[in-house]
Amino acid sequence: MSSILFILSGAPHGSINAQESLDALLMGSAFTQCSALFLGQGILQLVSHQETDDLGVKNFALGFKALDEYGVKRITCSVGDLQQLGLSTDDLMIGIETLDDMAMRQIIKDHDKVLNF
Amino acid sequence: MKFSIIVHGAPYSSQACLSALNYAQAVLVAGHDIVRVFFYHDGVHTASNLIAAPQDETDVARRWQQFGLDNNVELIACIASCLRRGILDETEAERYEKGTANLAPGFTISGLGQLIDASMTADRVVTFGV
Repeated sequence: MSSILFILSGAPHGSINAQESLDALLMGSAFTQCSALFLGQGILQLVSHQETDDLGVKNFALGFKALDEYGVKRITCSVGDLQQLGLSTDDLMIGIETLDDMAMRQIIKDHDKVLNF
Repeated sequence: MKFSIIVHGAPYSSQACLSALNYAQAVLVAGHDIVRVFFYHDGVHTASNLIAAPQDETDVARRWQQFGLDNNVELIACIASCLRRGILDETEAERYEKGTANLAPGFTISGLGQLIDASMTADRVVTFGV
């Protein structure tokens, strides 16, 4: 069974893409072993206390809390990108494993396929 | 080798759509197989049969249609992405009472399971338009 790493690097709400990417990740985890790696502005998808009512868009980020139930194995982000955004793991709505450059290289190697979003 | 190709960019808005087509052609020329091409995000606009390109410009969507039909390559457009963006086959047009369908020949509307299956089945997965 192929394992899939989802790399999520787009900021939320500016387009529907981040929401659609989460849908793909949830679908993937229903079929096979999946992990997630948040890069760059993709980390902003996980920031706690997002309020989207005034934007008129769905607060899809609540779906990230389901990743655990869906059996998503590793939920990770780039520690460098996290710091560059002025964030710490305490600012994020779910527990996340921070990876340095070497560890990111390794997680990509550890999966059979990589899907970029 | 078996390839799956994923397209996230719409014709003209993103070079990804045309680059993916060039890549897909090269894959076949090199003697490999394509499991499936999956259109996601704005990439599903490629499946519109209502694109009318100026005569002196590349008709990217038409070239994709032709590529799929000529080579018997499965071109799948994600249903959730399609419905949001107004790409409907006969069934969906009827379901949502939209009066007309606009899915181009050679394309099929299907679910995200096809993306995951394409990823798992192929030896290589290449995404265009991230």
